[in-house]
Amino acid sequence: MAIITNTDPSTLTKKDFVAEGDVKWCPGCGDYSILSSVQTVLPTLGIPKEKFAFISGIGCSSRFPYYMDTYGFHTIHGRALTVASGVKISNPDLSVWVVTGDGDGLSIGGNHTMHAIRRNMDLKILLFNNRIYGLTKGQYSPTSEQGKVTKTSLMGSIDRPLNPVSFAIASGATFVARTAAHNPKHLQETLRAAAAHKGTAFVEILQNCNIFNDGTFAKYLNKDTKEVENLFLEDGKPLLFDKDSKGIVLESGSHPKLTIEANDGTTNKFITHDPKAEDTTMAYLIGRLGIDEPSMPTVMGVIRSVNHVSYDAAVAQQEAAAIEKKGEGKLESLLFNSSTWTVSDEVKTKK
Amino acid sequence: MSATKEKLSSVTIRFCGDSGDGMQLTGNQFTTTSALFGNDIATYPNFPAEIRAPLGTLAGVSGFQVRFSSNDIFTAGDELDALVAMNPAAMKTNLEDLKQNGILIINEDSFTASNLSKAGFNPEEDILEPYRSKYRVYEMPITKMTLEALKDAPIQSKLKERSKNMFALGVMYFLYNRSLEPTIKWLEGKFGNKPDILAANIKVIKAGYNFGDTCEMIHSTYEVAKADIPPGTYRNITGNEALSIGFVAASKLSNKSLFLGSYPITPATEILQALAKYKHFGVKTFQAEDEIAGIGSAIGASFAGQLALTTTSGPGIALKSEFMNLAMITELPLVIVDVMRGGPSTGLPTKTEQTDLLQVLYGRNGESPIPVLAAKSPSDCFDTAIEACRIAFEYMTPVVILSETQIAIGSEPWLLPNIDDLKKIKTQSHTDPDTFQPYSRNEDLARPWAIPGTPGCEHTLGGLEKSNITGKVNLSAEAHEEMTRIRAQKVANIAKHLPATEIYGKTKGDLLLLGWGSTYGSNKSAVEELLARGYKVAQAHIKHINPLPNDLESILRNYKHVMLPELNSGQLNMILRAKFLIDIKAVNQINTKPFNQSDLVRIAEEIIEGKR
Ligand code: SF4
Repeated sequence: MAIITNTDPSTLTKKDFVAEGDVKWCPGCGDYSILSSVQTVLPTLGIPKEKFAFISGIGCSSRFPYYMDTYGFHTIHGRALTVASGVKISNPDLSVWVVTGDGDGLSIGGNHTMHAIRRNMDLKILLFNNRIYGLTKGQYSPTSEQGKVTKTSLMGSIDRPLNPVSFAIASGATFVARTAAHNPKHLQETLRAAAAHKGTAFVEILQNCNIFNDGTFAKYLNKDTKEVENLFLEDGKPLLFDKDSKGIVLESGSHPKLTIEANDGTTNKFITHDPKAEDTTMAYLIGRLGIDEPSMPTVMGVIRSVNHVSYDAAVAQQEAAAIEKKGEGKLESLLFNSSTWTVSDEVKTKK
Repeated sequence: MSATKEKLSSVTIRFCGDSGDGMQLTGNQFTTTSALFGNDIATYPNFPAEIRAPLGTLAGVSGFQVRFSSNDIFTAGDELDALVAMNPAAMKTNLEDLKQNGILIINEDSFTASNLSKAGFNPEEDILEPYRSKYRVYEMPITKMTLEALKDAPIQSKLKERSKNMFALGVMYFLYNRSLEPTIKWLEGKFGNKPDILAANIKVIKAGYNFGDTCEMIHSTYEVAKADIPPGTYRNITGNEALSIGFVAASKLSNKSLFLGSYPITPATEILQALAKYKHFGVKTFQAEDEIAGIGSAIGASFAGQLALTTTSGPGIALKSEFMNLAMITELPLVIVDVMRGGPSTGLPTKTEQTDLLQVLYGRNGESPIPVLAAKSPSDCFDTAIEACRIAFEYMTPVVILSETQIAIGSEPWLLPNIDDLKKIKTQSHTDPDTFQPYSRNEDLARPWAIPGTPGCEHTLGGLEKSNITGKVNLSAEAHEEMTRIRAQKVANIAKHLPATEIYGKTKGDLLLLGWGSTYGSNKSAVEELLARGYKVAQAHIKHINPLPNDLESILRNYKHVMLPELNSGQLNMILRAKFLIDIKAVNQINTKPFNQSDLVRIAEEIIEGKR
């Protein structure tokens, strides 16, 4: 039997993670860039290849595991996080990644997304947000803008959209980031930060669906607008954008509000990014910028990253504590508890 | 005057009262005492659906039935020899089960105008009048006597009143010549560090016993001798406990950690609660956010190489069915427990039925063969749990276990197995990358299991149709037809290795009483009676419902008539008729109650005599 014993992660390269066979997304789809970035990042993490598991639901994004040469599971619509949770609790040694989309993860699977996040299950959640249902050919999704005309919203969608980052923060996420398929360098940096986080890492990845929702994120790319529309976060740095000519300040008053001010050199008036803050107020406020407040730039990068014990680690701790207290369970003690009685051949005696 | 003693072979009693009256506890104590004495026993508790229904109302009545016997018994009894009713509502809802001239003990202190009207009686009338000639009615001032016994006890007056169930238990111990010792011992264990409460309870139970002796109401008491039961060590067990222990045993026997993903639902919740206690056995319980996440997490655990389990009732099966199909098509081992309750929809959450059979067999999209096993009694749940895990691992398939409310919360003595006699469960573990193909097959068509973390065996599973052997996505007509047939054949192959179906009674004859699940007890009792009366009859009981045993058809053809009682409108009957073209006589009951032995005997006679 030829068992591969050499699983030395330092010898891994990108092509070790590329599955045989064709990738079947539409040409030009943003998913290609994400796939390539993930395959670039994994060999750098120092984790043996067989320890990765990619779990997905249903949707264009959820075909992802078929294209990875790792353990994978293409499950059912909206439920990837439940399967991934079972995998991680069962084998905390694995690096478990969940690939989902705005429909899969926030509509049909919204409940599971909330609960996986609040439990701080050690999963890397990559939510590809293209603001449309692609696989079913173009219906509005929970992140589609109000008024969007699609095949099922001919007079414009009346649903109010959900901001994935706000949702994750409100659910108690310990790690929240936003990045974009069109910016592979930033995407890879963000993936590395997510991989390093112990606990739920929620990463919203803006992704263009060039067939059914082309250009939905064009403002972040267009050379005339990208400087004013993107604000790249850095830990400990002030929130500056447009080539550092402007920054974000907190307006005082009974309702906290962020506004833009010109950078005149007195940088200490600007908010300093602090992803490790336990309090989520500022993370929530900056996560809304651009998405819910279109006059402001959209923040990109790690919005929140705090350390809490992960669910799977807590499970393992409780199990160890139970064994410590009661000893390893024996079948005898399970069957023969205190309330047994014995019937002998001759006399029936009480125990 | 002292009471005379009469010997009986079998007695059925029921304690009933408000759900806060402690009737379950009282019933359990009577059960334990009788088991320790050496009777064969069977119990059947009955809970209201509402946890705290208003005091004294019909909706709030809780009951506990115990049958104890000097013979082997298989049911908790058809009709009651004695009924203890702690209030008018309890009397009203239970009286129809009391046999003619049976004993009715009531707590007359609770028969107040307000309680009488809450139960729908006219408080102006002497409502007991019509019953005094029909039953032996013992009207006892149970509350008053309890408070009297405790007048100097240094405990809160609320607690004093609450111990009136101990008084009733004491009376019943007197009536049936039971020892107080086991209950006193149990009280000592429970209230060891609360001496005042302990002393009060002991005082009240003794007061009840003595009251029975001196009240001049009870003119004869009864004795039920020890049963002639096989030697060994016993414990009393409910179906839910036996399933829980069975799964832990299966985990040990297969050397796989047990993972339960579940969501609380009546009447399956106790399994989740029981397994949550076994962390030191390596058991992981995950209380998920919903039924879907319960099974999803279990499928994840199965993918990761564990013994995976999810537990629920019918409404939960409805939610889990999409995931059941995923486990089926990805051919992952998984055990799904459905403790059936009264349906449809929310239905009757605390009542018993066998109405989910077609749901678990066919309630999924596409062709979805999943093995189904049914437990026949509380203690049989232990074996059924192990058998389900064995099939799941050996054939790489999800397996459904059907239990029923009646089995789940009912109890019986369980002869504990010899641990060394329990067979090890084989599991697959594929580690050789050179020979690994995710959907290659062994002789029974089971696929290999390579778990994440195994170098070189990386592969992706999914719910899309696939090619055999490679497992690559393949939506072609040929692949679909081939895979559909393979999945069906794999499940059919399980029957090749099943033991011969057991026949109780004549191997050929006039009538076969066939059954599945909880009807085992009533069918067995009915066949015993029919055989004793000289009829050429037999009993066969089906544990494996999918696939059915290969010898079943020839067995059915050995009898002139086949009778199949089901607590549904004929679900298994429909399948057997379609499969074998045999005119099986359906006997159906959907009134949330188990069958009565006497009804089954009468119907069997009618069938044999050609009247049905
Ligand atoms: S439909 Fe859109 S999201 Fe789906 S593969 Fe095509 S471009 Fe990508």
